[in-house]
Amino acid sequence: METLTILGTPKTPTVEMNVDSGIIEIKGRSIPENSIDFYRPIVEWIDQYADSAAPETKVNIQLEYFNTSSSKCILDVFKKLEQVFKKNGDKGVVINWFYEEDDEDMLEAGEDYQSILKIPFKMIELEE
Amino acid sequence: MAIDIDSWYNEVIEGDVVVHYKGAISADLITRVLEHIENELAIRNEKSKLRKKVYNVMVEALQNLFHHTGLQPENSKTGEIEKNFAIFVLKKLPDGNFNVISGNFVEEPRVKFLKDRMDQINYLTLDELKILYQLILNNQEYSDKGGGGLGLVDIAKRTGHEYEYSFHNQTNGYYFFCLKILITN
Repeated sequence: METLTILGTPKTPTVEMNVDSGIIEIKGRSIPENSIDFYRPIVEWIDQYADSAAPETKVNIQLEYFNTSSSKCILDVFKKLEQVFKKNGDKGVVINWFYEEDDEDMLEAGEDYQSILKIPFKMIELEE
Repeated sequence: MAIDIDSWYNEVIEGDVVVHYKGAISADLITRVLEHIENELAIRNEKSKLRKKVYNVMVEALQNLFHHTGLQPENSKTGEIEKNFAIFVLKKLPDGNFNVISGNFVEEPRVKFLKDRMDQINYLTLDELKILYQLILNNQEYSDKGGGGLGLVDIAKRTGHEYEYSFHNQTNGYYFFCLKILITN
């Protein structure tokens, strides 16, 4: 299994998923017209990763904007990570949800996911 | 009642317009328009919070148009059928708030669905909208376009304002759907 790297575009985020370090990063904007196609390889990668996950998986989500089409796909990504968490136990997975200091909507979006999922979330404010 | 779309368009582009468009809508066009809006709002020194709100609402409004514009019925003047026809306008109001106005054709069976959806959203409080958003987010359903019906709820949740809308019976089972969204500071 290899590290998955996807370069960012004006409508899609930069993705870096490292199987050895267990660090998963999604950064930038996620506003494509069709999010299902974009997120499919990410979901498939985590599916495979679940079988040989690092002892600790650190997920950094730092999105400036995301559309509603992406919001469901991001939930799918988190649900796959929930399976890794269930296998690996307490310290297995942590999701760091970054948001800019004045962006209450982005904080609230993170809290929405937190309330749906059973994975530890950390809300991290970025200073401008 | 049918409306004269050209006159309506001329009316809605009056004022301090940030962007206006009438024609076929595509993913590339949306990319360019969003970039233009972002630059324009920065040049105008709008507050970051308002800029983000306007940008988010434009993303959802434009992508709703992209996914749901039907065929334009035959143009009465040219006799041509234009695919993915839509109108959209973003303008700043004298009080500093923004309006997003859009227009597109919808087929008759969709009119009732849209009316019911917007009436329901208009009736709900902000807290209820947040709950509805979470319910739809987690209902495991995708539409064939991937959105899953969250767009209109998301816009209302962000703006906190009711939708103003009208449907105009144009021709051959097609209605013209006019939508106005208010974004305040």
